[in-house]
Amino acid sequence: METGLDGTNLEGLTIAEARSAVADGRISATALVEQHYERITAVDGPSGQGINSYLALSRERALAQAARIDSMVAAGETLPPLAGVPVAIKDVLAMQGAPATAGSKILAGYRPPYDATAVRKLEAAGAVLLGKLNCDEFAMGSSNENSAYGPVRNPRALDRVPGGSSGGSAAAVAADLCVASLGTDTGGSVRQPAAFCGVVGVLPTYGRVSRYGLIAFASSLDRVGPLTKTVEDAAILLEVLAGEDPCDATSSDRPVGSYLSGLNQSIAGLRVGVPAEYFGDGLDPEIRAAVERAIEGLRAAGCAIHPVTLPHTRYAIPTYYVLATAEASSNLSRFDGVRFGLRAESATTLSSMFRETRDEGFGPEVKRRILLGTYALSSGYYDAYYRKAQQVRTLLTQDFLKAFAEVDVLVGPMTPTPPFKLGEKTDDPVAMYLADIYSVAASLAGLPAISVPCSETAAGLPIGVQIMGRHFDEATMLRVAAAVEQQRKLQQSTAQ
Amino acid sequence: MNEADVQARTVTRDEVRRVAELAHLQLTPDEEPAIERDLNAILAYIAQMNELDTAGVPAMAQVGEMLALAPEESGEDLRQDAVRASIDRAAVMAVAPETDGRFFKVPKVIER
Repeated sequence: METGLDGTNLEGLTIAEARSAVADGRISATALVEQHYERITAVDGPSGQGINSYLALSRERALAQAARIDSMVAAGETLPPLAGVPVAIKDVLAMQGAPATAGSKILAGYRPPYDATAVRKLEAAGAVLLGKLNCDEFAMGSSNENSAYGPVRNPRALDRVPGGSSGGSAAAVAADLCVASLGTDTGGSVRQPAAFCGVVGVLPTYGRVSRYGLIAFASSLDRVGPLTKTVEDAAILLEVLAGEDPCDATSSDRPVGSYLSGLNQSIAGLRVGVPAEYFGDGLDPEIRAAVERAIEGLRAAGCAIHPVTLPHTRYAIPTYYVLATAEASSNLSRFDGVRFGLRAESATTLSSMFRETRDEGFGPEVKRRILLGTYALSSGYYDAYYRKAQQVRTLLTQDFLKAFAEVDVLVGPMTPTPPFKLGEKTDDPVAMYLADIYSVAASLAGLPAISVPCSETAAGLPIGVQIMGRHFDEATMLRVAAAVEQQRKLQQSTAQ
Repeated sequence: MNEADVQARTVTRDEVRRVAELAHLQLTPDEEPAIERDLNAILAYIAQMNELDTAGVPAMAQVGEMLALAPEESGEDLRQDAVRASIDRAAVMAVAPETDGRFFKVPKVIER
């Protein structure tokens, strides 16, 4: 920041800039929070007109944390890595005292009595939690049109979707309504909205970041990941979020790397795989050209480009929709009106209370997926659908392990199309599911992946490139992502 | 049921109702045709999986198994089974739809 912060220059404000402005006393953490809230009031609402990215503001908790940071600054104490940085949380993560709707009516009014591990870690690292962000109901959707609280609009083009399911998380970062956010990604829900809104989104390796406190959709696939304005910010947040958690048995005890320190190392000599299956029919020509340019840039920086093949790619979406819906049908059985959330008042018996609560509380896409998952798990179909999909999941993962025997990262498009218009795909579930065609395979295989903005369409819509890494090798993936980001900056500065 | 059967199958209105009952979902008569149509469209798409011969391919529940990260079946990796404090009962009951402070209350269980 050159001129000190005021209400108009939150634009592009990064974690490093925000933290140093607070640490140097150029702005108080409290004033930085208030500026964000002013901006949210000015541009975010109301639903149907504004961006609609926030569902709730946690003003009291944010101001208490900001005051704590300000007193640390005043006392000259050593500041934690996210000191005073305003961050917002997807509404599927528990944050004590704040609502947690998961974008659903069935959790209206529910305030979880505990923090998700990811939320607790952010606050312990000094972050100021601004509030909860809109999303598709139970994280089921690719456009954020399945929220019971109204769709989110893409800040880059208000008549278009921000992607989903972490649409609010991507839009809030893109519109400078927070410095960074947390999203969750089950089949693409961090990466696809990041690409649509022109921000960075990270899917960490399965087990790298604790899922404790995440309202479960599909437990073998769900992951928590950061959305940020830069790759450096993503590395900073991932370092804070990663690590073993006794509250999540699937979290890994592998040591967490120093993602930030390796970021600017040379990428010369790295082997970059380009999967043929990610450049087939249905890929928008402008996106194809932009991703090919990014790959050429990596070649120019000294990477060896290897064509690779992931032959089972086209089975990824069918496999995903069997496994994710089967797990969802089981996970969402807990929403029954007994312990928390909505209860249908008119019911006179227990079984009618279950049915009426779920009928009133769940939206159409959630019902559709519960029914599909229940069908796939029901007697007589289990082997043909669920077991078959688990076997195909093995084949898809083996494809990746073979490719990673020869290359260090895989690079391809993040989405087949630029952000589409609101309402364009809501009547055709299969067409909507195809929006995730390049994201679900990494989800099924447990791999880390990142979406980085690499260009824009002629109409000015963001284009994201996806970089997938080896299991637990987020460091190399982030390093390549930083190189792509750097090249884009150079292109932008020479174009001016 | 063999795979050819699944490939050719469509879901009937009665099956939609049966699955809804299993899932504790109550569909209104006007929801049923749309759900039936959507499920059949999705299942037709999913049937692509049957092009693959998966005989002898192990099933994968989550990636930890593939990377040998999943807990040992012997249980050696599991944490000690010791009593630990959990979330305070009063905090949990405070967000319950109906409670006497100790238990969750529900409508009549036995229907007769």
